[in-house]
Parts: sequence; C-alpha cells; structure tokens
Amino acid sequence: MSLKEKLASGKFVVTCEVGPPKGVDIEEMKENAELVKEKVDASNVTDIQSSVMRLGSLTSCFMLKQWGLEPIFQMTCRDRNRLALQSDLLNANVMGLENVLCLTGDHVALGDHPDAKPVFDLDSVSLLAAASELQQGRDLAGLELKGKPSYFLGATVTPEADPLEPQIIKMEKKVKAGAQFFQTQALYRPEKFEEFMKSVKHLDVPVLMGIVVLRSAGMARFMNKNVAGIVVPDDLIEEMDKAEDKKQKSIEIAARLMREMRDMCQGVHIMAIDMENRVPAIVDAAGL
Amino acid sequence: MIVSELKPWEEILESLGTESKVFIVSCKGCAEVCETGGEPQVLEMKKNLEQADKRVTGYTVVDFLCDKSLVKFRLLAHESEVTDADSLLVMTCGLGVQATAAVVDKVTHPACNTLSVGGAQGTWPGSERCRECGDCVLDFTGGICPMTACTKSLINGICGGMKDGKCEVEPDVRDCGWYLIYERLKKLNRLDKMKEIQSPKAYSKMEPPKHLRSGIKWALELKEEEATKEEIAQ
Repeated sequence: MSLKEKLASGKFVVTCEVGPPKGVDIEEMKENAELVKEKVDASNVTDIQSSVMRLGSLTSCFMLKQWGLEPIFQMTCRDRNRLALQSDLLNANVMGLENVLCLTGDHVALGDHPDAKPVFDLDSVSLLAAASELQQGRDLAGLELKGKPSYFLGATVTPEADPLEPQIIKMEKKVKAGAQFFQTQALYRPEKFEEFMKSVKHLDVPVLMGIVVLRSAGMARFMNKNVAGIVVPDDLIEEMDKAEDKKQKSIEIAARLMREMRDMCQGVHIMAIDMENRVPAIVDAAGL
Repeated sequence: MIVSELKPWEEILESLGTESKVFIVSCKGCAEVCETGGEPQVLEMKKNLEQADKRVTGYTVVDFLCDKSLVKFRLLAHESEVTDADSLLVMTCGLGVQATAAVVDKVTHPACNTLSVGGAQGTWPGSERCRECGDCVLDFTGGICPMTACTKSLINGICGGMKDGKCEVEPDVRDCGWYLIYERLKKLNRLDKMKEIQSPKAYSKMEPPKHLRSGIKWALELKEEEATKEEIAQ
C-alpha cells in the first residue's frame, strides 16, 4: 500500500527523513535507508536542507525508490523559479515518485552559500497550486500538457508558532491549494499539540506529528534559542541533562512523545538528523 | 523619480468591495508627473467613484506622500472626513501607500502599480521600502509591503521562520514582515485579506511598459529635454 492508501485506510503511519550527502558518496545514505526501510511507511528526502549545498532531493528519491523505500520528494521554492519547479514536478512523475512535500524553504542566508540569489518565485501555497494545475493537465501558463501527472501532495505547519493564527490561516490556504497531508515542525509539548489539532479539526486533513530526536540537553537549549517554532520544555531538558546514557534517553523521550500524541493525529514524522540509526529503536519503543 | 501607473479600474473597484465611503489621498511629487496622482486625476477618480455609488468623504493632495510626518500632518486637517470614511484610496507609489497606512488606522488601498526604475525610494524615505514590482499587493497586506518587509518576498503569508516576531534571517534587527502584516490586519479587523490565495506575481510587469518608457512620464529629464527641443525649434 502506498502512503496515500495507508492514510486513507486509517493506518497510523511512520515517516522519517533521509538527508542526501554533501558530495557523491551515497554509501551512508544507502545504509541509513536500509536501516529504516522495514520500520517506516515512507521517507522524506530533504531538498538542500538548511540551504547547505548537497546532492539533490529528486535524484536521491529515485535512488530510495530503487532501494525499496517509498520516498517523499521535498521541494522548496528557494532555488528554482516556476519553470524549473514545474519541470521537476514532471520529472518526479516520470520517475514514479508520487509523494511531494511542498515547502517555501529556508532562506539562503542560513546556509553555506549565503551570497546566493534567493528565488522564491513561488511559495509553498502557489507550488501546491501549480502541482494541482499540472494534475489537471495544465501548467501555470494555462497550457495543455501531454499526459496528466498525479501526486500525493503534502505540506508543513508549525503548531508551536506564536502567534498561531497566521500559521493556521496559511494551513487553510495550503489545503485549498491541494495539500492532502501535513507534517509538522518538531513537537515536545503534547498539550500544545492537542490545542492545535482542535483548532484545525475543520480542515479534516491527515497530520503527521513531527519529532526531532534530541541528542543532548545542549541541543535542546540551542533549538529553544535559535530555531523558530520549536519549544523544548525545561523538564525534558533536565531529564536529558541528568541521563547517563544519552542515546538511550533520546530514544526513550522520542518514543514517549509519540505514545502521548499518537491518538491526536494520523501519523508521526521522525527527524533524526544524523542519528538515523536510532529510528528503528524509537519506532519499536513507541510500540508502532 | 518613482514611476507609477493607475491600476485597472475594475481592480480598484474590486479592492474597495462593499466599502461605500472613501477618502482619497494623492501626491504632488512623482505621481503628479506620472499623471497618476495630481489634482485632475483625483477629481477624475472622485467622479468615477461617485458614478459607482461610492461616497468620497474628502481628498487631499500632499506634496510628498513618501514623508510620513508630512502625511500625518496633512491628514489632521481632514480628520473628520478620514474618520467618516470606510477606507482610504491612495493614488501614488507603494511608498505613499505604506506611509499613509502607517499613520492611519484604516484600510488603505493602492490605486497604482509602482514600476521599477531600479531602486529609487522616495524623496524623504522612512523605513518603508517599495520593490517597484508593478503589481502592487498592498491592498491585501494592510499597507505593509511583503516584497520588501519579508526576506523571502512571500505573498501568501507567514513561513516557519518567525520567532518572537522576528525573522530568523536577522533575528536581532529584523521584524518578520508577515508578523507585522498579521498584527496590522488583525487591528483593522481585516484578516480575511490574508486568507485569499495570491497567484504567483507577474514579474513581467516590473519593467515599465514601452508607452511609459518612451513618454514624458518616464522621467522629468525627458520632459525637460522636450521643452528644450521645442525652444530651439521656436
């Protein structure tokens, strides 16, 4: 069953993230893919994550598919204008990739090529709308395509944003533009997520809660200070700080959060960020 | 000089929606030269609005609408007319619209598109910036320009990079443009504006069309040149 079919059938789905290498040595990416293969329903491939130049998402998705995983093609609007974005959507379809996660993308200023020209010709909403148009057999110029592609379109939302209302307004626009599932920014406060899910109930769209695996208390503090939309509560930081076996604790916390929030949503998206080898243990510990 | 041209009448009318009382603000600076915001154009606009069953509560033509303090001062003289109006229609460049929006707690509609001349920013620039995109969206954004206030120039709302009202690109100095837009629209009770999906911008409109580039509206210098030529001919 595809991710789309699983979500439609009501199965609680598990997705994770595979990051392409900075370079052409894909051995580690392949190892990570093999590790998570049997434990997840689909795997995102990030698109030049954090604006750090590396192997592309489209090609990596194609590799993942060959290795037997179901890829979710992440597409940002940072590096391509509307011609290239639509063209890559066509490329994805021809490569047999169905799942596309449409994102605005980080600003180039945050990455390793800060002097690059940021594109943002489209944004997450208009990229979704463009993909929806292509599915109707038309491009953004209204011109007819040879053959109609089809996609399972995803988008993201930040449930911890403060104020939350502009996020929800944008989420509504994303649904209107064609988003069929959502993956969220990292969550550490189940009570906040519950509130969020109540406020988007009317959208009736599957939401996969985001989990960023904590490496250490220091990482949590760093995210609290620097990463927009992530709030790690003090008691979790303390718990991590006091733990002797940090690795085991990181698995335990991630699994506990998943158990606490699973009834509120339709799936989980695990972002392990260079700790992909912990994903199988997290999924097992969460009882999924 | 900043080059502007009037938006299509249908677009102006649509942006006013059900609002029936309008106060017109325009500019004696660049907009007068472009024939988009001088007194004759204001009177023409007033006539058209009245024919469309709108009531014009008053109007003012300010010397340089890009100067916020001057705008505030001039509008004081029309306080009751402005208060009476549902919204303001601003007949000048994107800076003038933003300067007006910054000093009045009312919806401000741009009547013009501002075309690129490569970065001119008004006579007495404040913090507002106009990208001169030729396809003004200030009507949807509470009079705060998302092209310049948002580091990604997003037109469909906030991204995930806002923290404590700041943009993650330069959190120490830069406000999140969409946070400002959200706060402004919420204050004006017009969050509905944020809910409309904006189509991708027409970047082809950024360059001035031929009729403006070759005419006197393009630049004062051309006008002067023509006058000199006429003098010589005489």
